[in-house]
Amino acid sequence: MIETIHNWLYSTMPQGVASIVEMILIALAYLGFFAIAGLFLVLMERKVAAWFQLRIGPNRVGFYGSLQTMADALKLLSKELTGTAKADKFLYNLAPYFVIISALMGLAVFPFTKDIQAFDINIGIFFLIAISSIGVIGILLGGWASNNKFALIGAMRSGVQAISYELSIGLSLLTMILITGSLQLSEIVEVQKNGWLIIQGHIPAIIAFMIYMIAGTAETNRAPFDMVEAESELGAGFHTEYSGMKFAYFFLAEFINMFIIAAIATTVFFGAWLSPFGITESIPWLGVFWFLGKTLVLIFLMMWFRWTFPRLRIDQLLTLEWKYLLPINLVNIVIMALIVWLNLTIKF
Amino acid sequence: MALREKNNKPNSLKTNNLELGTQNMKPETINSNFKSEEYQINMGPQHPATHGVLNLLLTIDGETIKKVEPDLGYIHRSIEKMCERDSYQQIVHLTDRMDYLSSNINNEAVCLAVENALELEIPERVKVIRTIIGELTRISSHCLWWGVMGMDVGALSTFFYGFRDREMLNDIFEETCGARLTMNYNVPGGLMLDIHPNFVKRVKKFVTHFKTKIPEYDRLLTENVIFQKRTKGVGVLSKEDAISFGVSGPVARASGYSCDVRKYHPYSALDKVTFNESLKTEGDTFARYQVRIQELWESLSIVEQLIDNIPEGEYRVKTNAVIKLPKGEFFQKVETARGEFCVYIISTGTKSPYRLKFRSPGFSNLSVLNHIAVGGKIGDLVAILATLDLVIPDIDR
Amino acid sequence: MSYFSDIYKGIKTLLTGMSVTGKYFLTSRKGAITQQYPDNRATLKMFDRFRGEVIMPHNENNEHRCTGCQKCEIICPNGTIEIIWDRGIDEETGKKKKKIDQFVYHLSMCTMCALCIDVCPTDAIIWGQNFENSVYDRTKLTRVLNEPESKLMPGVED
Repeated sequence: MIETIHNWLYSTMPQGVASIVEMILIALAYLGFFAIAGLFLVLMERKVAAWFQLRIGPNRVGFYGSLQTMADALKLLSKELTGTAKADKFLYNLAPYFVIISALMGLAVFPFTKDIQAFDINIGIFFLIAISSIGVIGILLGGWASNNKFALIGAMRSGVQAISYELSIGLSLLTMILITGSLQLSEIVEVQKNGWLIIQGHIPAIIAFMIYMIAGTAETNRAPFDMVEAESELGAGFHTEYSGMKFAYFFLAEFINMFIIAAIATTVFFGAWLSPFGITESIPWLGVFWFLGKTLVLIFLMMWFRWTFPRLRIDQLLTLEWKYLLPINLVNIVIMALIVWLNLTIKF
Repeated sequence: MALREKNNKPNSLKTNNLELGTQNMKPETINSNFKSEEYQINMGPQHPATHGVLNLLLTIDGETIKKVEPDLGYIHRSIEKMCERDSYQQIVHLTDRMDYLSSNINNEAVCLAVENALELEIPERVKVIRTIIGELTRISSHCLWWGVMGMDVGALSTFFYGFRDREMLNDIFEETCGARLTMNYNVPGGLMLDIHPNFVKRVKKFVTHFKTKIPEYDRLLTENVIFQKRTKGVGVLSKEDAISFGVSGPVARASGYSCDVRKYHPYSALDKVTFNESLKTEGDTFARYQVRIQELWESLSIVEQLIDNIPEGEYRVKTNAVIKLPKGEFFQKVETARGEFCVYIISTGTKSPYRLKFRSPGFSNLSVLNHIAVGGKIGDLVAILATLDLVIPDIDR
Repeated sequence: MSYFSDIYKGIKTLLTGMSVTGKYFLTSRKGAITQQYPDNRATLKMFDRFRGEVIMPHNENNEHRCTGCQKCEIICPNGTIEIIWDRGIDEETGKKKKKIDQFVYHLSMCTMCALCIDVCPTDAIIWGQNFENSVYDRTKLTRVLNEPESKLMPGVED
């Protein structure tokens, strides 16, 4: 179907126009899909939280509450956008777009199956790490511009946190790149046809995965690293003064970021759309199912963290990164390099 | 200091140019409360961590707390003044509204004071039931505290687990006296109603249920490495300071100050039971946490010792419809879930007290906040507030 | 070496915590402790001693047990109860006797302290189990507990 649309576009229009139209169509498809996916993740979070907490969760709107987040989104859309009088209006309004756009941009490079990948660049992983740091600028802007002390503290915490944990994310992914030898996501998947990287790289890969999950949770500002919002300390943190759709952007971005973090882990550690032992290799489109399935499992893991652990304090957050994660990570890279050099990886 | 002087330089330059002299300029009077690197922030009265309408005026340098000034009075209802108007039966229900989480123990204090003044002989049955319900109230209060403590440090699920167990107790209270929180079950002379036929069965069921749940509390929160890092060594209160600030209850016992009223001045049936006073010497937030968890065990054991042998007898002694205390001063202290609660009545022989003073534990416990929170981070302050276990209506009265 | 044992212990305690919540997650289907309130109206039954509101029961002859002794009015700390009474001639004995005209109960002021019910010598007022007391108009919270034209039950004395 994608092929026919592609051919039809190029046959009716000049090449330049056609490629632009095609890009817009793809962008719209992604935007629509992930707006809904974000809402679904919010619903999932609420349900999962409820089940952890001996509750039932949303069960009124739609079948077992399935339309609850849809209704919430509609409510937020129709809500008045308020702001503080002394806020820096331009930056205040700009901040949510930084966050949401950077979140959506990251989605472009994921290989959902062999064929569905919008943007397969040769520095895929690097692109993802770069993009995911831009969102922090939005949080900093929002906290700074809303002229609220609680928001400012939250924003400053976010800056500290992002600078520290960006390192761990990068280094733990770098550990895995040592096996693949490529930053391109499609090639990383190709390498994993001989076994997922977490199995190929065995011990260092598992350590790298753990570090990645910890740093990834911190990167998305979720509990136990939700210093940015820390509702028992800062009220609502950086988005204290945001309301309506601008708040919804922050909220949606958090969940899309969570998806991105889980999706990177799926791609790099768990073989993206590859099925376990190649059981559905003959049916390529099932790759989407495997990709989303693995991602959802990892997202569930992050939700499990959130509803179990207490929050760290800001200085402990930094201690964890600089005294534990970073040194372990550096040693881990050396071990991985040795393993790859001595050809000790497990391949099927 | 250095920065402030730098900030003031343009001013002083100007005045120097104009030859007006700098004597009239007193930079100290401007912002004399805090240095220029510091800023002030209002935590409360509408803040999730203050558990009520408490306003904390924080002076902060970055994230480090330099000064905490509690601002009270948002829920002051002048209960003590109202007591001077009310009869002795009516006073009891007002004490529900102070420390509402240990309402039954507060009721008991007033009733004991009045009964002592009247020199009434209280039946054993009443004493035992009062003690059982008092200890159940303590467990209920600590359950709520545990849930909220977890929530304050960021573990949101604890709240529901704590409330699940508290709900069973609330049902027991509701079945016994009709109210879940502001019970008003005690009257001068005994109890308002006899215990419900289901009472013993329900309490036993709760005791067996709760014994399996406290270890779970430990596994979920106490042993958690993040929680221990958040609480150990935070907000250390020494024994000397605890005594000089007049701190009582679990907060004082965590600092090694043995002050359990139940041990030293046993009231009701507490002289018949054996229990250990939970003591810790560290004085930090984690010690306060552990003391409360230990108190859950101790209270459970007290309930267990008493529940099987509630003596038969009257549940109430007949008093006059209008209680008139003899002329004099009467005092009674009890141990609520938060500490030492005292009632001090001055009577002139009329139907209402001439003056009535409540000593609430929360007020004294709050007074150490500035002493132990300074130098910590905002996150530490929240953890300290959680283990001080404040009930704001108790502080303001 | 304590560096590594710290990491090991830390991870172990974190996993223990996760096992606790994980157990509840798996048993969540039957473990919900919340009540689905408006849905369970039919089955929701309050305890018989539950303090919902003060009511005055009447028998089938429209008779109540209130003699108008006003003990409840005196004991009430908030002035919740107001008894408007009159002296009427008793039909049987021909003596003048106190009888209530209106037993006014201000639910909006009531703190549910149960002193009035405790003090009532004839059990004329009891607790009602109704807890859905919210109304749109504050004046609706002021209630007259005795039915119009109701009388004192014969044989009830102070």
